Amino acid sequence: MISRRNFCKKAMLFIGGVAVPVAGLEIFNPQRLLAEKQDPAKVRWVFLVDTRKCVGCGFCVRACKLENEIPYDANVSRTWVERYVVTRDGKVHTDSPKAARDGFTTKAIDQAGKGMLEIRDEDITKAFFVPKLCNQCENPPCVQVCPVGATYQTPDGVVLVDRTWCIGCGYCVMGCPYGVRFFHPVYKAAEKCNFCYHRISKGMKSACVEACPFGARTIGNIKDPEDPVTRIIMTERVAVLKEEYGTKPQVFYLGMSKEVK
Amino acid sequence: MSHVWRPLFVALAVVATILCMRLVLVPDDFGIHEQGYMYGWHRKGNETDWKNIKVKYRTTAYCINCHKDKYLDIKDSPHAAIMCENCHGPALGHPQDPRTLEINRSRQLCVRCHFKLPYPNSARGGIKGINPATHHPEAECVLCHYPHNPLRAAVRKEAKR
Ligand code: SF4
Ligand code: SF4
Repeated sequence: MISRRNFCKKAMLFIGGVAVPVAGLEIFNPQRLLAEKQDPAKVRWVFLVDTRKCVGCGFCVRACKLENEIPYDANVSRTWVERYVVTRDGKVHTDSPKAARDGFTTKAIDQAGKGMLEIRDEDITKAFFVPKLCNQCENPPCVQVCPVGATYQTPDGVVLVDRTWCIGCGYCVMGCPYGVRFFHPVYKAAEKCNFCYHRISKGMKSACVEACPFGARTIGNIKDPEDPVTRIIMTERVAVLKEEYGTKPQVFYLGMSKEVK
Repeated sequence: MSHVWRPLFVALAVVATILCMRLVLVPDDFGIHEQGYMYGWHRKGNETDWKNIKVKYRTTAYCINCHKDKYLDIKDSPHAAIMCENCHGPALGHPQDPRTLEINRSRQLCVRCHFKLPYPNSARGGIKGINPATHHPEAECVLCHYPHNPLRAAVRKEAKR
């Protein structure tokens, strides 16, 4: 006759004994490991920014906010444009008021809490605009630090955030060396540029690329040698941001200046 | 001896409970998929969720269908590169509900490019620009300039109205 105590013991042993190897199979599946080694993707999205063409009109930021439903007046944005003004005394002044949503319509530099800085025209040695966005890193630290698998890389190289899976811990916001991540005020989940995944996967271009009248922003497929963007990346001198971090950013810059961080 | 084994049973029970909960809580499509262990952990269905988002900016190619005249106006003008929706807002919902589309006549829209900034070695310095403090500060640009082709004289329809 089996006692209740004995029954409980044996049942637990059985469940535990069955569950452990089942879980083990899930975590170490050699077939999946093999799949990881092959690279079947025919598409790898990359971005090319020509800083020499950008005029700081901010149409890209506006289009991005509307296309991706980032609350228009909240001080967050998936992409932004920075202005750099280098003066004769060697100082570098930067700003990006409201992420440049309304463009740069004043000479004065917005120093956030410290008011506006007027610079005399004759003191300027160089000035230029630099659009920024998520770099869709090849080695994305934001994915590595996400404890729940809400941030991930798609086979075509775009890093996406699963809004229903994100627990809002903020590790990715801290982990991204480019500071492109923020919390979406409505969805309460980590948010960032995803190259307009809903557009590029339909064969369209991202909203900012369409909106830029000066061709400063372009998007392409680096796996396609005929792609005009790929050709430029392969044949011209392009730079990436913070190369020393080893994140292998996939947003390339033409005409990059040493002041850009 | 049994009192020695008891903690082990408790531990096993805890492991078993966690594994059973995992079975229930983690969706079937959660895994590493094509991208592998390093950066691949995710819910496959989320890729589709993102793909299914509605496209709002339809681009000029969509506007041409009904507004060929406006397209021809702008095509050979210095404004040719500006897509319609930069000034009129995203076309989603148009033409079904025409009021969703804006007609932005504001000065603020034009000075994005046409307020002169003294940046000679930037493309911005090369754009024809005004000083908004002295160039008719009270007027909307469209009163004198026809935005679909700034080289042409303004229609001044609005001013007469
Ligand atoms: S730029 Fe930042 S958010 Fe984008 S993939 Fe790299 S680490 Fe992640
Ligand atoms: S739309 Fe183009 S030119 Fe205007 S700010 Fe953006 S990148 Fe620069």
